[in-house]
Amino acid sequence: MAANPMYQFNVYRIGPEIKIGEVDISFTNASLFMVISTLAILIVFNLGAKKKSLIPDKIQLLSELSYSFVSKMISDTAGAKAKPYFAFIFSLFMFVLFCNMFGMIPYSFTVTSHIIVTFVLAAFIFIGVTIIGFLKHGLGYLKLFVPSGVPIILLPLIVVIEIISYLSRPISLSVRLFANMMAGHTMMKVFGGFVVSLGLVGGWLPLGFSVALTGLEILVAFLQAYVFAILTCIYLNDALNLHH
Amino acid sequence: MKKIIIYLYALFSFNCIAKSAETGGMPQLNPEFWFSQIFWLTITFGILFIILSKFILPKIRNNLETRKSQIMENIEIADNQKMKSENNLKEYDKIISDAKDTAKKTFNLAKEKIQLDLGKEREKIESELNSEIHDAENDIKDLKKSSPEKISLIAVDTAAEIIQKLIGVEVNKSNVTAIVNEQVKLMKGK
Repeated sequence: MAANPMYQFNVYRIGPEIKIGEVDISFTNASLFMVISTLAILIVFNLGAKKKSLIPDKIQLLSELSYSFVSKMISDTAGAKAKPYFAFIFSLFMFVLFCNMFGMIPYSFTVTSHIIVTFVLAAFIFIGVTIIGFLKHGLGYLKLFVPSGVPIILLPLIVVIEIISYLSRPISLSVRLFANMMAGHTMMKVFGGFVVSLGLVGGWLPLGFSVALTGLEILVAFLQAYVFAILTCIYLNDALNLHH
Repeated sequence: MKKIIIYLYALFSFNCIAKSAETGGMPQLNPEFWFSQIFWLTITFGILFIILSKFILPKIRNNLETRKSQIMENIEIADNQKMKSENNLKEYDKIISDAKDTAKKTFNLAKEKIQLDLGKEREKIESELNSEIHDAENDIKDLKKSSPEKISLIAVDTAAEIIQKLIGVEVNKSNVTAIVNEQVKLMKGK
């Protein structure tokens, strides 16, 4: 079954079966890679935060650059009001980025290639942003669905469209990440399969593609984490600074 | 090229679908481990968020802020030192110019004093000389005045003595004096 490009997305139990009531919460390979990503983030950033030299070394520079990068991203898109949510967005960006990057290691598992994982993250963001919006603006948050400067005749239609687009945010956010990761990994698997099936004679072309795709996928892994985080910032911006 | 890729991909995908049909399509849509994934995602992401927000991110922020403040401090110190050195330079210049001025003044003062002293001394010496000259002139005048009388007195005395010696007679001095005076008048009359 190893030739099946979807095989890599299989989730299987590692260790014993754990059940709470009827719910199966066994430790799986997906859980393993979540734990690995989390640990990697914590180790890297703990090492980076430990040293307090005026002139940073490589690992300190890495963590400080990441900090400034995310900080700038938030202040650019959501303004100064979003400062309290910095830690969440930073964790989110790093988690998605590390899960994507660990997925690039051959024979590893890509946590973010599962719709349920990305959907839970996106749904959490969606619910959180909605709660923040209603807490900040009360019922005035509903003005988000009524853009200013729209003719009254069109208004009912626009409001419906706005509501649908608002409600589809978690779906678009989660599917974007999941589909990108799944498609990329499937492609790589497919081209890897070509290399094997075409053998020494014809395998060089798909091998080249495979190499190029690996580079592309690393870019996509970073880009999708960035997109995920920046869309979260944009949604947060809607909730914090009501423009409509 | 794209067409070839799409064609190959479609070909392979058909194969895949045929194969994955056996295992039940996309594993992502198999809800068997959904709760497990949600559970572990919550735990790992929760731990990550808590540790990052409570322990690691504040440290990094502190590091960045201390660096920033230290750089600002250093710039400030450098500015202060620059200003200080500029002031020092000004002071130094001032001291030098002051010293030049005072040197000039002292020089002038000394010159004046010397000239003054010189003048005083000269005056003193001149006045002394004048007075001496005056005295000498007076003496000469006195002498000039007194000399004829003395001469006549001496003449009288000597005349009297000569007469005594010659003839051994004491002559009346008033007679001699009268004769001498006559003779002097005669000589003066000449």
